[in-house]
Amino acid sequence: MGKNIFKQIKNLYCFRAFAVFVAIFFASNIISKEIIVEPGANAHERLQEAMILMEEGDILRIKSGYYSFEDGLSLDVDGVSVVGDGMEETILDFKDQKAGAQGLLVTSDKVTLKDFSILDAKGDALKVIGAKGINMINLRTEWTGGPKSTNGAYGFYPVESEDVLIDGCVAIGASDAGIYVGQSKNIIVRNSIAQYNVAGIEIENSYYADVYNNLASHNTGGILIFDLPDLPQQGGHHIRVFENQSIDNDTDNFAPEGNIVGEVPRGTGIIIMANSDVEVFNNLLSGNGTVNLSIVSYTDETDDPNYYPHPRRVQVHNNTYGPGGFDPDINTGELAKTLFDISNGNMPDIFWDGVGPLSQMIFGQPDDEKLIISEDSEVTFLTISALKYMMGFSNPTRTDKEEFKGVINPLEPINIDGI
Amino acid sequence: MLCTKLYAVNDNLIISEAFPEKLSDFSFFKDSSAQIPHEEVIPYELISTLFSDYSYKQRWVYVPKSKKAKYEEDWVFNFPTGSALIKTFYYPVDERNPSAGKQLLETRLLLRKEDGWEAVSYAWNKEQNEAYKKVAGKTINVAWTDFVGEEKEVRYRVPNVNQCKECHAADDKISPIGPKARNINKELEFEDGNFNQLVYWMNREIIDEYPLELNSPVDWMDESKNINDRVRSYLDVNCGHCHSPTGNANSTGLYLHLNETRDIHLGKYKKPVATGRGSGGLKYSIVPGKPEESILLHRMESMDPGVMMPESGRALTHEEAVVMVREWILLMQN
Repeated sequence: MGKNIFKQIKNLYCFRAFAVFVAIFFASNIISKEIIVEPGANAHERLQEAMILMEEGDILRIKSGYYSFEDGLSLDVDGVSVVGDGMEETILDFKDQKAGAQGLLVTSDKVTLKDFSILDAKGDALKVIGAKGINMINLRTEWTGGPKSTNGAYGFYPVESEDVLIDGCVAIGASDAGIYVGQSKNIIVRNSIAQYNVAGIEIENSYYADVYNNLASHNTGGILIFDLPDLPQQGGHHIRVFENQSIDNDTDNFAPEGNIVGEVPRGTGIIIMANSDVEVFNNLLSGNGTVNLSIVSYTDETDDPNYYPHPRRVQVHNNTYGPGGFDPDINTGELAKTLFDISNGNMPDIFWDGVGPLSQMIFGQPDDEKLIISEDSEVTFLTISALKYMMGFSNPTRTDKEEFKGVINPLEPINIDGI
Repeated sequence: MLCTKLYAVNDNLIISEAFPEKLSDFSFFKDSSAQIPHEEVIPYELISTLFSDYSYKQRWVYVPKSKKAKYEEDWVFNFPTGSALIKTFYYPVDERNPSAGKQLLETRLLLRKEDGWEAVSYAWNKEQNEAYKKVAGKTINVAWTDFVGEEKEVRYRVPNVNQCKECHAADDKISPIGPKARNINKELEFEDGNFNQLVYWMNREIIDEYPLELNSPVDWMDESKNINDRVRSYLDVNCGHCHSPTGNANSTGLYLHLNETRDIHLGKYKKPVATGRGSGGLKYSIVPGKPEESILLHRMESMDPGVMMPESGRALTHEEAVVMVREWILLMQN
């Protein structure tokens, strides 16, 4: 008798579950469609129309082949996917682009873009603005003529967005940054490759980002974590940079003049500028002719009362350093020349410019803001000592990184729902 | 006796979910090709207008019978459901000779449906007797003869639905941006006489009120006006829809809408943020006294898709505006 009751209860639950399922099915209006676009005549009109008419839940499949566009494309529908047949198979070529400041512009939420390439856009390749939820997976952006200042500025360009994922992507040839995330929150950039850009990967004025397992090589600078004033979102913080290879960044700076990235010297592995709560660990930094790792303040003029130009709570630990500083780019910006002069040619693996509020430069950083370095003994370090400089020392530097040892407080991993 | 005046405009079609294939289905015009509207479709002009590759524009407003648009301070009138804003773009065949005819390119519609505004453009056929919905936009290669007898041509782009939203947006929803009380505060020659448009709209009972005190923008083409007022008016309408704290370009920190007063946000000695090669190798948006060193002027002059500003809406350089802005920067004090 007991067994029967349990069986009855089980059946009742199954029936209920089924009833609930049926109710939901009929209540929901979302019946997702698959829309297929193939190469051929009028491809731009067909593809753009599909992107406009698609509805939430739909998947737009761009079949493998070569597509050439004279105009940019735009997507403004929430909750859709645009999927090619692969970054080598579905090629969207914008070398003949006559209008449009991007290759593809996305302005809607919960969008997934996967498995296609955007080549030779006249401006930025893929721009995503104001999105809550954007997944960019296995995509390639490339300028195929090599590093040139006439190339577009950004390969991947999400800005003012939240829950940003860049995974398994490839960025080549951008005249500013290959993979760039700006003024956004909750970001993961992983498993991606950035090569032959000015900046390989750049996180700017953003909050909560994990940048890991990426390869940044043959850029001017491999990975940049920047914070700039006079922008709607600033005070970048909580950035983890780990398990990346930032190596052999040996491309001359080809940014068009006037851009701040034009100050980055050839041969920088990672630059941390301003920003708070940055953890740099388990990376391989090698083959960077100016410096493997540089931590600096923003030193340009600004009247922005809300902006704090100095880095705070930067933790550097367990990284591996290969050859660095063997070919400093002293003609670009100030960093390389300053470092070369002040180190008398003994270029360090890690450089901190030592710039902060005057009280800190004299009395040292407070415990809750200070730079922490925990690396092997043979890793070299240099910082400029304002105190020594003011006291007239001929060599106003400190090179003992043991003074910067401390307890590492690991930052929390970034969590994006469903990832 | 029955009132036999039937309103010709298809009210139901304006508020229905889908847009019809043909513009004529709306029945806005008595004579489509000659662009003569039905009586209840009222022509209007704005004081300060957007540059669109030297194309001419005719605008009309339609508000359904017994409804009125509500006046909103510093914003467009709040039009009731069922309203339509209609704008035809065309080039004359020869600017010196109006009787040579017009080349109608497109008629853009902003329709106020139950849930909000929707926009789409209709491109005119070669026969010039019908316009067809173009969701994805269209390229039209146009040629015309200008005032001084020169042959001009342009690769004219009819915008797609997403591009409408680049400027026509407020809080991520499509919105009209032209018919603000302050921008229609001018005289127009109507069939029944010359009237100030605000007065006329009141008389036609399509608006509920308007303020007597209005700070209207200057017509930037009016060379008798102060150059700063002219330029600010031009930048507001051509740039300010994106370059404002609520527009698409708010991430840049460059704000060119009418109410901006802070030098750095207006571009003076402002460094570019994500301009890329749009900077043209220059360092600041505006260098007072030095137009040739100013990124803003450089991007106004450019016709390169990766450099030009606005990003969409033009293919040609607005030569006259470039001259005006160049002078403005030249005269600017530090």
